[in-house]
Amino acid sequence: MPRLVSHPDEVKIVTRRFGQGAANIDRYVELGGYEAAKKCLEQGPDWIINEMKASNLRGRGGAGFPTGMKWSFVPKQSAKPKYVLVNGDESEPGTCKDHLIFLHDPHAVIEGTIIAGLAIGAKLGFIYLRGEYRYLLEIMEKAVADAYAKGFLGKNIFGSDVEFNVITQSGAGAYEVGEESALMESLEGKRGVPRIKPPFPAVVGLYGGPTVINNAETIATVPHVISMGAEAYAAVGTPRNGGTRLFGVSGHVERPGVYELPMGYNLKKIIYDVAGGVRGGRKLKAVVPGGSSTPVLLPEEIESLGMDFDQVGKAGSMLGSGGVVVIDDQTCIVEFALRTISFYQHESCGWCIPCREGTDWLKKSLTRFHAGFGVEKDIDNIRYLAENMLGRTFCPLGDAAAMPILGFVKKFRKEFEDHLNGKPCPFAKHAEIALV
Amino acid sequence: MSNETMSIFSPQLAARFDALVQKYPVRRSALVPMLLYAQDEIGYLSDAVIAEVAERIGITELDVRNVATYYSMLRFKPAGKFNVQVCTNISCMLRGGYDIFERFQEELGVGHKGVTQDGVFSLEEVECIGACCWAPAIQVNYDFHDDLTPEQVPGILAGYRGKANAEGKAAHA
Ligand SMILES: Cc1cc2nc3c(=O)[nH]c(=O)nc-3n(C[C@H](O)[C@H](O)[C@H](O)COP(=O)(O)O)c2cc1C
Ligand code: SF4
Ligand code: FES
Repeated sequence: MPRLVSHPDEVKIVTRRFGQGAANIDRYVELGGYEAAKKCLEQGPDWIINEMKASNLRGRGGAGFPTGMKWSFVPKQSAKPKYVLVNGDESEPGTCKDHLIFLHDPHAVIEGTIIAGLAIGAKLGFIYLRGEYRYLLEIMEKAVADAYAKGFLGKNIFGSDVEFNVITQSGAGAYEVGEESALMESLEGKRGVPRIKPPFPAVVGLYGGPTVINNAETIATVPHVISMGAEAYAAVGTPRNGGTRLFGVSGHVERPGVYELPMGYNLKKIIYDVAGGVRGGRKLKAVVPGGSSTPVLLPEEIESLGMDFDQVGKAGSMLGSGGVVVIDDQTCIVEFALRTISFYQHESCGWCIPCREGTDWLKKSLTRFHAGFGVEKDIDNIRYLAENMLGRTFCPLGDAAAMPILGFVKKFRKEFEDHLNGKPCPFAKHAEIALV
Repeated sequence: MSNETMSIFSPQLAARFDALVQKYPVRRSALVPMLLYAQDEIGYLSDAVIAEVAERIGITELDVRNVATYYSMLRFKPAGKFNVQVCTNISCMLRGGYDIFERFQEELGVGHKGVTQDGVFSLEEVECIGACCWAPAIQVNYDFHDDLTPEQVPGILAGYRGKANAEGKAAHA
């Protein structure tokens, strides 16, 4: 069972009900659950969307798109049915926050889905979980069944004349299916190959109907925004970055875990105060701030870095999925880069050549390099390969693979040089990773 | 499927599939979960599984195969009764994921995608399983084990071997 952690600096909004038995529907209601959905039912779509806009809530899936704005793009009139799609594919290495939401607060996901449905005029929502999350899918399925039994879902939700239904869905193993259009393909029973955009999902999405797709944390946050009021929620964060975020701190820290902190909280403090510092009192070498696809930051770059979308973007990286991966000074960056690109090579759907071939060649080059068979010009080659993937692919996975590699080569060139011309890895531990 | 006796699945799973295909706006949406649930029961996607799933959804077997090959959890050969999946992705790697993987290799005498001779275990090195903050983590079938040390590996295996023995005995009783 994943361990829950706590720190005095946390502002528990989304995690408020964690560890309190809220997977039980009566307990959830006792803790104030489903009141936000009832309120939204009274207030209507325009009010909901205005609240979401005023809250400055931005998508927690990675890109940080403003949620209220996304919902407002859905056309009011549509010949085809509209849908809400909750993205619980959670596969970005370093990310395990949605895991805890499904485990501890499944009804918050359902309630958020209902509210999104009311806002856009959808009658059906899907909650898609990665296939590996079977025990969490079972928790969600039970929660959905309980919500139907209480009349919170179905033909007349909360005794109104409004209909809303929820279907839970299992994936079967694929990172790329987390990309919004690939997720729709998967839900339609196809291979998880993304769609060309535009049209965007808000106009042409699932089964060709207008679709709002949001990350599970985004959706679980929605009822709290409604309950506490948009302005109060926005006030917790920084300008244009409302509220809190679930930061999953992993790697070389004393107290890894998922912490809910206000947007804009200092990254150095996350590592040294909240997560208890670098393990064993070692020195910090680098930190990946928002999941494996976000470019690495150096210790000197995090001194005064506030963790919100805009500040991390300005620092040359991304807030991404909130997965903070901490790396100590005993770690080989070349090996870390190799493990990162191996993942993307494995997950590339193969549709576009720069992504399919780029990830494969990068993996080959880095494997050879790490095994000590690299030559000087390989370093520039790695950089050249990665640069030529950027912006040249149908979906953002190509960028997600190239950006971190570029960061490693630019910021740790010396470490690459230390591996040159048959020199063994200075950190040799797993230099035996198969030579391809 | 109208005639239950024709199904290769247990009556419970067959009934579940009958309901599953009705659930969605489009029948085909049942495909991916159906393949996974079928695999959970049969062990892998055999020709017979593919054929029945194709018929239930109303698409060709080739179409089913085309989709099934995309997803990493779906397999076309039997795995062990307990499939040990060791994450070695970044967060796990930093906290000894490769040591865990090595220890499983030693204990089981098989490598990546290997199956033990008695068919009780198979081993796989997998990508991130969403347990990064509790690394290093593994999954045995759908059970998570986290915060592991190599020393815990023999005990974990013994636990599952005990389960396999107990179920074997129950089946022969
Ligand atoms: C390769 C790839 C993988 C992704 N994986 C996920 C994921 O696992 N979960 C998620 O919520 N978003 C993921 N996204 C982002 C989604 O495409 C989408 O932007 C997001 O679900 C929108 O929700 P939000 O606005 O609430 O963030 C992924 C994107 C890409 C390109
Ligand atoms: S960028 Fe990669 S994952 Fe995305 S469509 Fe192209 S090949 Fe597929
Ligand atoms: S990196 Fe191993 S569970 Fe995420």
